Amino acid sequence: MTIDYISRTKAYYRALGFERDYTWANNTETPLSKPRVTLKDATVTLITTAVVEPSIPKPVRTAASYAFSEVPEHFDTSELAWDKVTTHTRDRESYFPINELKARSAQGEFKALSQHFHFVPTEYSQRHTLEVDAPLILQQSLKDNVDLAILIPL
Amino acid sequence: MESAGIATVVIGSALDILLQAGTPRIVFNDLPLGNPVGKPFDRTMQHRSISAGLDILYSADAPGTLVQMPHRWADDSDWQENFMAVREEDKALLTQLGIENREARRQNKAKGLFRP
Repeated sequence: MTIDYISRTKAYYRALGFERDYTWANNTETPLSKPRVTLKDATVTLITTAVVEPSIPKPVRTAASYAFSEVPEHFDTSELAWDKVTTHTRDRESYFPINELKARSAQGEFKALSQHFHFVPTEYSQRHTLEVDAPLILQQSLKDNVDLAILIPL
Repeated sequence: MESAGIATVVIGSALDILLQAGTPRIVFNDLPLGNPVGKPFDRTMQHRSISAGLDILYSADAPGTLVQMPHRWADDSDWQENFMAVREEDKALLTQLGIENREARRQNKAKGLFRP
């Protein structure tokens, strides 16, 4: 079986006493760009929902870009909704595969990691994601000449 | 990003949410939320997921292209049955958690902790 996360989450929040269901993004049209360069010539970035600065309170976190040279040893994942009963996030590679990507880059599989990776907060508000967070990440990615983006939500 | 010429792939585990969102390219690992790239410390599984991600960036011809990885968490499906399950015996606790959750949100708002 594959979990139907939408209906599972709705039932859970109803049990918590919330009366209105969360509305998940529902896009019927999606743009698709073919990569502009071959993989060998591509600059790659990584986008995560794992938290780099837990000192910023969750309700006011916005998207942020950080140098790949300063990836934290451990991200803060405590406030994210993952399966804390079954698994753990003590292996950074299982959600932020920086060593795997560095090794591939060193072997010449792709040109380089971009200057920055990106944090995007898990937001109730689609407006915040679409109008504030996504444009911040796009802007920095364009400055970094990113060709390929790997998004890994926890 | 796609509209600006940056090709994207999501490596994730909540397939229904990714499909509904209209994700351009998906590498799906049917694993517990928390380890979308592969089981903790399973470098082979993680390596295969990244390979699939880089491949699909180039092979996808249409939005919504999906690669399902063959990875499994366990031989049984206990984790899938248990995740966020609402059981009769937990209902009082869940009600209490909900009250605390709403109170925390109310206090955050009162403190000005919200995004405009």
